Amino acid sequence: MLRYTLKRSLSLALSLAVASLVIFFVIEVAPGDPASFMLGINAEPDTVAALRTELGLDQSKGERYFAWVQGMLQGDFGMSYTYRTPVAGMIADRMWVSLPLALYALTLSTLIAFPAGIYAAARRGKSGDMAVMGATQLGVAVPNFWFAMILVLIFAINLRWFNAGGFAGWESGLGPALHSLTLPAIALALPQAAILTRVMRSALLDILGEDFMRTARAKGLTRRQALWRHGLRNAMIPVLTIIGLQFSFLLAGAIIIEQVFFLPGLGRLVFQAISSRDLIVVESVVMLLVFAVILVNFLVDLAYALVDPRLRSRT
Amino acid sequence: MTRNLILGGLLSSLVLLAALLSFVWTPFDHTALNIPAKLQIPNGTHWLGTDHFGRDIFSMVMVGARTSIAVALVAVGIGMGLGVPLGLTAAARKGSWLDELIMRGNDLVFAFPSLVIAILITAIFGAGAVNAIIAIGIFNIPVFARITRGAALPLWQREFILAARVAGKGAVRISAEHILPNVANLLIVQGTIQFSLGILAEAGLSYVGLGAQPPTPSWGRMLADAQTMVSFAPHLALIPGSAIIVSVLGLNLMGDGLRDWLDPKLREVRE
Repeated sequence: MLRYTLKRSLSLALSLAVASLVIFFVIEVAPGDPASFMLGINAEPDTVAALRTELGLDQSKGERYFAWVQGMLQGDFGMSYTYRTPVAGMIADRMWVSLPLALYALTLSTLIAFPAGIYAAARRGKSGDMAVMGATQLGVAVPNFWFAMILVLIFAINLRWFNAGGFAGWESGLGPALHSLTLPAIALALPQAAILTRVMRSALLDILGEDFMRTARAKGLTRRQALWRHGLRNAMIPVLTIIGLQFSFLLAGAIIIEQVFFLPGLGRLVFQAISSRDLIVVESVVMLLVFAVILVNFLVDLAYALVDPRLRSRT
Repeated sequence: MTRNLILGGLLSSLVLLAALLSFVWTPFDHTALNIPAKLQIPNGTHWLGTDHFGRDIFSMVMVGARTSIAVALVAVGIGMGLGVPLGLTAAARKGSWLDELIMRGNDLVFAFPSLVIAILITAIFGAGAVNAIIAIGIFNIPVFARITRGAALPLWQREFILAARVAGKGAVRISAEHILPNVANLLIVQGTIQFSLGILAEAGLSYVGLGAQPPTPSWGRMLADAQTMVSFAPHLALIPGSAIIVSVLGLNLMGDGLRDWLDPKLREVRE
């Protein structure tokens, strides 16, 4: 397991290094000089040159790449071109909206998908199964931001159970903060729950055909007992993997959903940064998102090997 | 023919037909402003009502179908065009440095969700439908590369491939003449699924302003426009949303149906 972990860690570091290179050089080819953009068209050439030196733009690309990576490793993401404040602080504030939102949605989708998937698998081919499968088919087809708008229409505008948008802030307490993230989390969770239900169902159905399930039935367990005692545990392997993979989609989805609810998360930050050409903010947010995806995949790999020892020797 | 295939095919054809028809006919000019007739609910003249500028929603949805289909289709083309050869190469050279390079490259691209790619592209070149196509297309490449490699690997162990090698055919010819036809069904099914995901992604990107720009109509942007008016004109949100759902549902059902129809073995395993 140690060797496997080391090998995976090495490939994690390598992926991060290559991803950071790609992001840095993609942003690098962006047209326009940030210094002249910040100062406007009427700026004196020496003022622009002075700002370029201040921002470190006069150094070579290589030097700047290493300075960027070194800074990030120490939690310093540079200064925002537009706001002249540290990017790290801006991101940290927003992350406490986007990350809890993604986790909230992940929890909801798991809470919906597990019972639904188990129910469908236990009633394979019957009307209950058909109804669940029909619902999941519809669930994956619904765009989450549209579903979010419909939720706002019903629960915020008509029933007035929730606010149509905005974030109460964590300083107002856990209850109000979670309350303002509830509709966004439901909207985000629905399509993911539909996918997860299908995975849960098919994983369970695969397990039901296994020999050890027949043995369990043969020794006198009912179909339901066998499913609960032996089926569920074995079906968890593919299901956990999908849950991990979904996290990256949830984080990307959160960025879009934030727009519907006017939440001050990473999404708002990055879209504002794009329109004001604050490239250093775009660069940092993108790096952070990619880092999150790579890290979660790494953790999924480890978790997978932990549950299924056969995988350790294979890779 | 399964029920899924028929129902999915019908829904998809409906959307495709609307898109094609919009080239020659729409009930109204989709760009024509008519402020006195604004925010009408569906009626005899404007079948699906009008938006805040008095534009005919039915016409906009028809032309919007064009944008959705074009973006998703070209993105699938990019994904297949680059991903399939990469997957075939990786399978043919299994275990070599080339295979390793392709697969690690795949992992890397996989770490960039299409939204993130779109953010990067937009930061550099600005927003637009073409950039949405590129973003979704890039995201599709590793999907097709992985599925092609996965399906091609067991084929390389089969006797008919051995026979082809004995006959003196090289890896490239074997991949093109024997492996590709045998993975084609799988690629068609995956293509349908990526097509539907592409429509969803395009809608999402247009919604946040990273996709098609005005005056090109797109379902995602219609929804973005509708957002502030949803309390007094819910049809503005309901109609484009339903169009997206019908397209995606149709394509997904068609994908499921195709899989069952093209591969009876798989059906037995699944059921």
